[in-house]
Amino acid sequence: MLDHILSILIFFPALAAVLGFAIQKDSIRAYGVAVATVEFALSLWLWFSFDSDVSGMQFMEQLPLVPAFGINYILGVDGISLFIIIMAAFFTMIGIASLTDTKDEKNMIITLLFLQMTMVGVFVALDAIVFYIFWELSLVPMLYIIGAWGGPLRVYASVKFFLYTFTGSLVMLVGMLFMAYFYFQATGTWSFAILDWYRLILPESFQLWLFVAFFIGFAIKVPMFPFHTWLPYAHGQAPTIGSVILAAILLKMGTYAFIRFSLPLFPDASVFYMYPIAVLAIIMIIYTAMVAYAQKDIKQLVAYSSVSHMGVIILGTFALNVEGISGSVFLMIAHGIVSGALFLLVGVIYDRRHTKMMSEFGGLAHVMPRYATIFAIMMMAAVGMPLMINFVGEFLSLLGFYQQSHILTLLAGIAIIVGAIYMLAAYKKMFFGIVTNEANRNLPDVNKRELVALIPLVIITIWLGVYPKPILEPINNSVESIVQLMHDKSITEEAKSRIPNLVKAIEITRTSAQGAN
Amino acid sequence: MLEPVNVSLESLNLMTLAPMLIPIIGALFILIIDIVKPNLDKTLYVMLSLLFLLLDLGAIAESAGIFAVNGTVMGVFDVMLIDGLAILSQLIIVGASLLFIPLALTHSRFHEFSYPEFFALFLFMISGFQFMVATDNLILIFVGLETASLALYTLIAMHNRDKSFEAAVKYFTMGALAAGFFSFGSMVFYALTGSVEINQIASVLAASNYADMGYVLVGTVFMLGSIGFKVSLVPFHTWTPDVYEGASAALAGYMSIVPKIAAFIVAMRFFEFLIHSGVVWLEVILYIAVVVTMTASNMWALVQSDVKRMLAYSSISHAGFVMAAILIGTTQSNSAFFLYWILFSFTNLGAFSMLWISRQKHLPNHQRTDHSYDKFAGMIKKSPVAAVIMGLFMLSLAGVPPFALFWGKLYMISSAVTSGYTVLALIMALNSAIAAYYYLKLIVYMFMKEPVTGNHEHVYAINATLALKTIIGFAAIGTVFALVALNPLLEFITTFVYNSGY
Repeated sequence: MLDHILSILIFFPALAAVLGFAIQKDSIRAYGVAVATVEFALSLWLWFSFDSDVSGMQFMEQLPLVPAFGINYILGVDGISLFIIIMAAFFTMIGIASLTDTKDEKNMIITLLFLQMTMVGVFVALDAIVFYIFWELSLVPMLYIIGAWGGPLRVYASVKFFLYTFTGSLVMLVGMLFMAYFYFQATGTWSFAILDWYRLILPESFQLWLFVAFFIGFAIKVPMFPFHTWLPYAHGQAPTIGSVILAAILLKMGTYAFIRFSLPLFPDASVFYMYPIAVLAIIMIIYTAMVAYAQKDIKQLVAYSSVSHMGVIILGTFALNVEGISGSVFLMIAHGIVSGALFLLVGVIYDRRHTKMMSEFGGLAHVMPRYATIFAIMMMAAVGMPLMINFVGEFLSLLGFYQQSHILTLLAGIAIIVGAIYMLAAYKKMFFGIVTNEANRNLPDVNKRELVALIPLVIITIWLGVYPKPILEPINNSVESIVQLMHDKSITEEAKSRIPNLVKAIEITRTSAQGAN
Repeated sequence: MLEPVNVSLESLNLMTLAPMLIPIIGALFILIIDIVKPNLDKTLYVMLSLLFLLLDLGAIAESAGIFAVNGTVMGVFDVMLIDGLAILSQLIIVGASLLFIPLALTHSRFHEFSYPEFFALFLFMISGFQFMVATDNLILIFVGLETASLALYTLIAMHNRDKSFEAAVKYFTMGALAAGFFSFGSMVFYALTGSVEINQIASVLAASNYADMGYVLVGTVFMLGSIGFKVSLVPFHTWTPDVYEGASAALAGYMSIVPKIAAFIVAMRFFEFLIHSGVVWLEVILYIAVVVTMTASNMWALVQSDVKRMLAYSSISHAGFVMAAILIGTTQSNSAFFLYWILFSFTNLGAFSMLWISRQKHLPNHQRTDHSYDKFAGMIKKSPVAAVIMGLFMLSLAGVPPFALFWGKLYMISSAVTSGYTVLALIMALNSAIAAYYYLKLIVYMFMKEPVTGNHEHVYAINATLALKTIIGFAAIGTVFALVALNPLLEFITTFVYNSGY
């Protein structure tokens, strides 16, 4: 069974969703929770059986789909994707468990299970076309979640979300077809397997163009400035569960794809575009942080702050060294946990008051002390307080980029302080002072169902902030192999010097150790 | 005194005619039955047509077997040309017809199906299309084209809406013009080369090294006009939305597939040698036609308020998309063309069938057209299965993986990439994104809007019978699981296209 654990992880929720159609409406939530728990347990089992010392792909599966055109069903997991998969399973589980009463609950849960299939699929696919299938397919359930359960502008928001991402992905698809064609020219056989593509060394001029094609697809998904305009709408209109999944998992597809595709396939182009992308990332951090400060709606604020932190992930990725990339992968997990939790928290207050305007609140700390505490912890984590999960990722990302450029890193560091300003200002507005609005005087504190979702998140936030090693180590191993691959593949001098050679570094330490002896 | 011509019967290879003759015999048979005993039920004619089409399919399968062993077969004074293109396209024609004909078994009674002539004309039309694709003789192409078109005009007019007559007459007049173009173009080429066979024309023109370029261009323009009309390239598309709107939804779906593939085969045979001989001018014209057809019809589809008209414009756009295959002109692109059209045929036929089963006999007051978007508002609440299936067809048409049409698009764009048409590949990709908007619009109506009051529960499946549901189920399964059949299909198509020299 362990040989096919990845296929099971993908198709178990889908199968469960199909069977879910037959279940009576009132019983569907228990079914959804059960399925998601089994899925989460399976993903934990995957982690348990995962060998942290191996840097390459594990649990590989291969099945020819369209051999005439080089499309194969190839799956595999490494340290980079492992934890995102676990997080996807985790968020689906607590998402369903803490789902407040919605209309058409059955449709919602079935949709979530389908969404889970596509999410897991994206992160384990090792064939570009299979990756593309799940990547595109994930749009459909999300379109439905935003469009059917969203706010007043839900149709506009959902269609904008779909079209924006779909357009970018089609450009990426053309890039993939080019990649496959170059592989065909080089070897005489068609292949869409990423591991095959890794072996292909392309001239720099090709890399530059292909990098752009892939970049458009990924950047829209992340979303990077200036392609981010769909996200505030999507978050603003989506129901709580939609925002949570979107922020925690779906956005990570873009950053994950940068590490899986762009960096190892086009190392020279990555170096070439490093500064422009870093500048974009910093604009993204600062600009969206300032926009967040201007928001009156707490959910929009969380949405913009989530975009802002995605900028740090991009910055870490394009540091192109082990610290930066490991940090950005870790930050993906951290950002998922923290922004997912913040969206859940916003959902808690929205369920009680049906408004998200910060001016409506004030002094909530007196009325809802437990809520205020959890919110404070998560907010501190979001602004990157030490001993919290975000700090580890942000620190490593910035440390990595510091080796490439001091000035830009300094700017990004300042921007994180801006993050603290708007977060604290928002917290002050909502929680401190006296209760000004009569409607808030008797709000019930967080209930059990909500605690089921929030308490584990708080625990993870602090645990991984204090002791990140269990996650950081496997990530580090896999990242090292990718950085080494990039160094070996790069052809320009610039790229060779920017991307560290890990083998040499190890040899030097070994020789110096011998010299000491 | 004329010498008696001695032709041995074997050299005629009359078996090449068998696939075309079977539907003709079937049609005559139906007419005879009607004379002997009138007023029989439509089910009889539907089943008879099905049987003859199945026989036809068998005959084509046999010729496919012969082709796989012996290669291209010529017959009947070398007029018939049974190559891979002919076989593949006949398979699509007969296959789509097999899917179409059970759609006559609706729940409500539509009077066109009570006439046996409908089925006779239908079978005549199929044989016309089969002749069109299985020859490279311009005269026989013309005969096949006219046989099929005249039958089709009548079929459209038999539907019981005022617009049906308008549609039929419009199609007829425009079609007559196109026929004129075709004969004029053929005449020019005959005058230039002394032959009406495309391969002869090609070799004579090549031998003279395209000395009379001016005349070649005149002839090409006329041919492009007539073929462009048949496959509804912009700007020859003006008839399409009106005719589709006037015809019954089932027939409209059929028209978006079968007549077009016949015309595409003619285009492939005719333009391929011209493009490959370096007639740059034609390449430019075709390039522009492809891009404009894809893009402009997408724009028009965006603003439609009726689903059927939207699908009409979308099928124009798809036609432009596959026309790119002829422009690119490699084995991969021609294989992609067939792959695309096979996948398109059951997706699109499925979508039109979904409209067909929701066709009311009389329009309620709040509904202006047969299939306005409003009618589908909130469909998920009232008829979830139908809404999901319709959504599936829309996603497939939009090119969302892993549904059928995605693979066609993938392979087609890949063929553009492989042949160095980078910009074209990007345009094709971006057009898919534009197209996604209007397909999504229907999904938005079905899944995210509240139902319009006054819609009765079963309006979405008012016409559904077991036969229709079977057809739709078949199309839906094909759409979802296309991936499974893809590899054998691709290998089969590529072998046939490659062995025909395209």
